[in-house]
Amino acid sequence: MARVVVNAPKSAKRGEVIEIRTLAGHAMETGFRRTQTGELIPRDIITQLVCTYNGVEVFRAELHPAMAANPLITFTTVATESGTLELKWTGDNGYVATQSASITVV
Amino acid sequence: MTSRRRFLALVSGALAAGEVSAQLDPNIQALRAAALESAIRKVTGGKPVREGKVKLDLPPLVDNGNTVPLSVSVASPMTSADHVKAIHVLTEKNPQPYVVSAYLGPRAGRASIATRARIADTGKVIAIAQLSDGSFWSATVSVVVTLSACLEEGLI
Repeated sequence: MARVVVNAPKSAKRGEVIEIRTLAGHAMETGFRRTQTGELIPRDIITQLVCTYNGVEVFRAELHPAMAANPLITFTTVATESGTLELKWTGDNGYVATQSASITVV
Repeated sequence: MTSRRRFLALVSGALAAGEVSAQLDPNIQALRAAALESAIRKVTGGKPVREGKVKLDLPPLVDNGNTVPLSVSVASPMTSADHVKAIHVLTEKNPQPYVVSAYLGPRAGRASIATRARIADTGKVIAIAQLSDGSFWSATVSVVVTLSACLEEGLI
């Protein structure tokens, strides 16, 4: 159910700024829409994305209903050492999705 | 079963009694402007926001408000002494002004983020950056939305 894609370079030079793109498959129901019978569809969104680099948080984003469905976020970080980038998406109704990417720094 | 005559009588009765009112509040414009202002205050803590340093990129004409690509970059050296702490994106016409708040640090290397947003109507989109020295900088872009998000009621 929880599908997450992370796109980060496999290797980088030390000190290089690398770009990380990540996408989560999620409908991001806003909580403002109604069904044909007029009932409000409850909100169901991803509320937070946290990126840790070898256990240290380097990026965090708070998401709101105004994010498009299947949220895509692009951000940057400095390649300091070889290791793993771990991305964790959390949201309403206990949604948790993690995905990691390993990077080799030369 | 309700006959057509009975249905029409019911509907006209309801209309006459004024029970069928507009769904949207007539003061919606003022309410949304106030919501945006209070959101900006919440983000900045009442500190002044200056124009500049921030670059907000998004298409001036949006075909589909459900996915609007936008990118924000801030002119900053991103050192531990001088870096961008947070980037907030707010909209004027959405039911809630917040879109995304990104928290960065010197390890980001570059202060630039990109994402996709939903925009309900033609109006302003504002990006506010909080710098490590406590100052706030902003950029505002006006967009025209032809197919708005949030109005697909009755489709499901």
